[in-house]
Amino acid sequence: MPQMIGVPKEVFPGERRVATVPEVVQKLIKLGFAVSVESGAGDAANISDDAYRAAGATIVDGAARVWAESDIVFKVRGPTAAEVGLLREGGTLVSFIWPAQNPELLQSLAARKATVLAMDSVPRISRAQKLDALSSMANIGGYRAVIEAAHHFGRFFTGQITAAGKVPPAKVFIIGAGVAGLAAIGAASGLGAIVRANDTRPEVADQIKSLGGDFVPVDYVEEGTGVGGYAKVMSEGFQKAQREVFAKQAKEVDIIITTALIPGKPAPKLITAEMVQSMKPGSIIVDMAAEQGGNCELTEPGKVVVKHGVTIIGYADLPSRLPTQASTLYATNLFRLSEELCKTKDGVIDVNMDDEVIRGTTVVKEGTVTWPPPAPKLSAAPAGAKPATAIVAPAAKKGHGHGGGAPMAAGTLAIMFAVAAVVFWFVGAYAPAAFLGHFTVFVLACFVGYMVVWNVTPALHTPLMSVTNAISSIIIIGALVQIAPPVAAVAGQGVRPDAIIRWLAVAGIGLTAINMFGGFAVTQRMLEMFRK
Amino acid sequence: MSSSLVTVSYIAAIILFILSLGGLSNPESSRRGNLYGMIGMAIAVLATIFGPRVTGGGIAWIIVALLAGGTVGIYLARTVRMTQMPELVAFMHSMVGLAAMVVGYASYVDPTSTAGLSPAEHSIHSMEVYIGVLIGAVTLSGSVIAFGKLAGKISGAPLALPARHYLNLVGLLVVIWYGREFLNATSIEQGMTPLIIMSVIALLFGIHMVMAIGGADMPVVVSMLNSYSGWAAAATGFMLSNDLLIVTGALVGSSGAILSYIMCQAMNRHFISVIAGGFGSGGGTAPVAGGDAQPAGEVVPVSATETAELLKEARSVIIVPGYGMAVAQAQHTVYEITKFLREQGKTVRFGIHPVAGRMPGHMNVLLAEAKVPYDIVLEMDEINEDFPETDVSMIIGANDIVNPSAQDDPNSPIAGMPVLEVWKGKTSIVMKRSMASGYAGVDNPLFYKENNRMLFGDAKKMLDEVLAALKA
Repeated sequence: MPQMIGVPKEVFPGERRVATVPEVVQKLIKLGFAVSVESGAGDAANISDDAYRAAGATIVDGAARVWAESDIVFKVRGPTAAEVGLLREGGTLVSFIWPAQNPELLQSLAARKATVLAMDSVPRISRAQKLDALSSMANIGGYRAVIEAAHHFGRFFTGQITAAGKVPPAKVFIIGAGVAGLAAIGAASGLGAIVRANDTRPEVADQIKSLGGDFVPVDYVEEGTGVGGYAKVMSEGFQKAQREVFAKQAKEVDIIITTALIPGKPAPKLITAEMVQSMKPGSIIVDMAAEQGGNCELTEPGKVVVKHGVTIIGYADLPSRLPTQASTLYATNLFRLSEELCKTKDGVIDVNMDDEVIRGTTVVKEGTVTWPPPAPKLSAAPAGAKPATAIVAPAAKKGHGHGGGAPMAAGTLAIMFAVAAVVFWFVGAYAPAAFLGHFTVFVLACFVGYMVVWNVTPALHTPLMSVTNAISSIIIIGALVQIAPPVAAVAGQGVRPDAIIRWLAVAGIGLTAINMFGGFAVTQRMLEMFRK
Repeated sequence: MSSSLVTVSYIAAIILFILSLGGLSNPESSRRGNLYGMIGMAIAVLATIFGPRVTGGGIAWIIVALLAGGTVGIYLARTVRMTQMPELVAFMHSMVGLAAMVVGYASYVDPTSTAGLSPAEHSIHSMEVYIGVLIGAVTLSGSVIAFGKLAGKISGAPLALPARHYLNLVGLLVVIWYGREFLNATSIEQGMTPLIIMSVIALLFGIHMVMAIGGADMPVVVSMLNSYSGWAAAATGFMLSNDLLIVTGALVGSSGAILSYIMCQAMNRHFISVIAGGFGSGGGTAPVAGGDAQPAGEVVPVSATETAELLKEARSVIIVPGYGMAVAQAQHTVYEITKFLREQGKTVRFGIHPVAGRMPGHMNVLLAEAKVPYDIVLEMDEINEDFPETDVSMIIGANDIVNPSAQDDPNSPIAGMPVLEVWKGKTSIVMKRSMASGYAGVDNPLFYKENNRMLFGDAKKMLDEVLAALKA
């Protein structure tokens, strides 16, 4: 019996997004689910009921019926108190929840014995990127922030020289180079503006440059990367240095877009009233952190206000202002989550709490609050942060086999020294003096070989092998001295079998000659080929 | 020539050999290095022939043997194809091994070699003979099998006999037991039996050792046999109390040992576990990866024309060759493509993994043969940081060395092996005959990445088509 996924119309005022789109409906049906959509759910995102119907969804009138008939409900915004009441006892809900900010919501959902997956709690690991709805929404928000700014800005973004005079390019300063900030950098530089950006995490400088922005550093040394690749709260000293940088930028730029958020904390106040005052009249501030209190002191959440001649945009619903795009991406994120939940493709979900991604996303499991999840095992490595160290780390311990670390190296070393000591003692105790001379030469030669060979460039390893091979033909001397030695002065213990030895020696000389001439010739041939 | 002069000549030869190896530190000085090696060898041989240890009666024999062997050797060197270098090297190792055995036997049956020695010296000499023959025999049979595997005459799959470690252990114990017999032998005839039995066991051991090693571990085996051939020479040097042999053997032996170590490092494997064998089986012990290791995503195949389009649009290209390029003999086409792209002003470089191919440095030799300038052929460590700025990376017949699960998946059999991070580039194109996994038998998540394209088919044929499409 396949489970029913229900998609009600969003009830939050002004919310235009919808939790599924026709293409995704098809894919969900392929996974084995049935899908029902509330009539008119997609209207604000320009998706008609017919489009859903054509994709295979059932259109249902009235939110109550959708909630009542569905095993799983997909939503964008967290449910209102009324919607929680509609949720089926023991049902499953997938939407944004913001569990840290909404503990009562969590409790009321738990009271319905529900299983709730919060799209804002997807762990930040590589495997979960495809269902990271926060990133896809932030990407849209960043783009829309630039468009909103352009809409309110009285000038071109790009510099032009026209018959009617020269137009200077707009200068845009972006605070915070997360997903939203980077999207804004890309959009603004795409429109032709001069883009500068700042972030507390120094490793994002390259990403800023790659999108066409200039990185504006804060002259104060402090590592700003917190858990999971997010930013963290910075020290007093840093904040002071940072304010100086922002004050200087405020005087120069036309547009400021702020995206600074710290998980689970109010947004840091980065743009003071004085900075706003110092800006040129007609300048724009887009405060993408408005919902969390705003990065600018004068922001009024959800509104556009003009203060000191500066337009401050505090929209909290930027992604919703691009409803078709936002719905498509969010629906795809939900589909990826469904894939994770339904690995058997039989239309029945399995909330497997042993799966790291699902464990992190699930905030209520069958009436039990499971938020917050245990700390993730590994931080999502900030892209391009330190690939070099990532390679060097395994390289350093390679010599000692699987997972051997530094302590084992010391142990191995001790064993090696012990073995060497025993061998040396043995040799010293029993071997005659003549042997010791040769032994000395042997040991020293090993070390000379060791030192010399480490200098050989890896590109020449094959010639190294063929030349050492040719050199090992020196064994020919062993055959040469046996072929016809002067008759020994001392009477031997027996007659020397000359013929046998001669044939053996001739064979030895012949074999090594193949090696000697062949080895040197082929090495020469190879080395001739190495050229610039 | 007096014996002092001979000794001085030997010292000169030793110095030249060391300089020869030192010369290989960069391609410019390497040709001179090889010359030093030849001069050193000539000095050593001539000094011995005209020295007091060889009388006039032997010279004719020596000349005949040298001419015969030399002709064969030079013929082989002239005609061998660069893709067959691993086979040739393995073949030559077997020559050294056989020579070491022959010299050991000859020395043993020669009563004058032990004349006038004290009992302690006598047993030391016997032990040297015994060990010399042992190493020689292992080198010989091991190299022959390696040659067979590399030439495709013997299956590359590892042969895992039941209880193979115990077989080896029993072999070792028998060898030690007969070693005692051999030392206690009062006459040459009496000692011959243990010596022959030991030789047979050593030959079997060599065969068994290399048979148990999978194709992907061949670089380690070849360099290890290189090392053995050096130790065989050193053992012969002890046997004949000849410092030149000892020094040269030690040089070669440590060189091979270092190469084996580097190769093991490059695969993140322990030397012992490589020698113990059984890895890279591709069957039998197919490694079972964890549930979430199943690569997600779709494989996107492309045509040669589309590949050419991608290359045309790219500004920087990195080519990662693997054994597949050697098999398909595609290096010349690769060079043609490289030349064309470079003429268009694009940056084209090569990224070489230490264990790409079947022998250390195999890819470098092939690319050099195709006239690719060596300064655009870079090592893994030099080029890995550049992948994020690369538009297209072309992977030609390589698999495990570009497998991201070595870094991402701690359960993977190749976890921790350093790999070329081609997936960090904008696009990667993998040229392969099929979706089959590499020697390590591990599925490659790279193929399922969004920015990866697959170009299926024989590398040479596909590259020819790409070249034609580029020039069109």
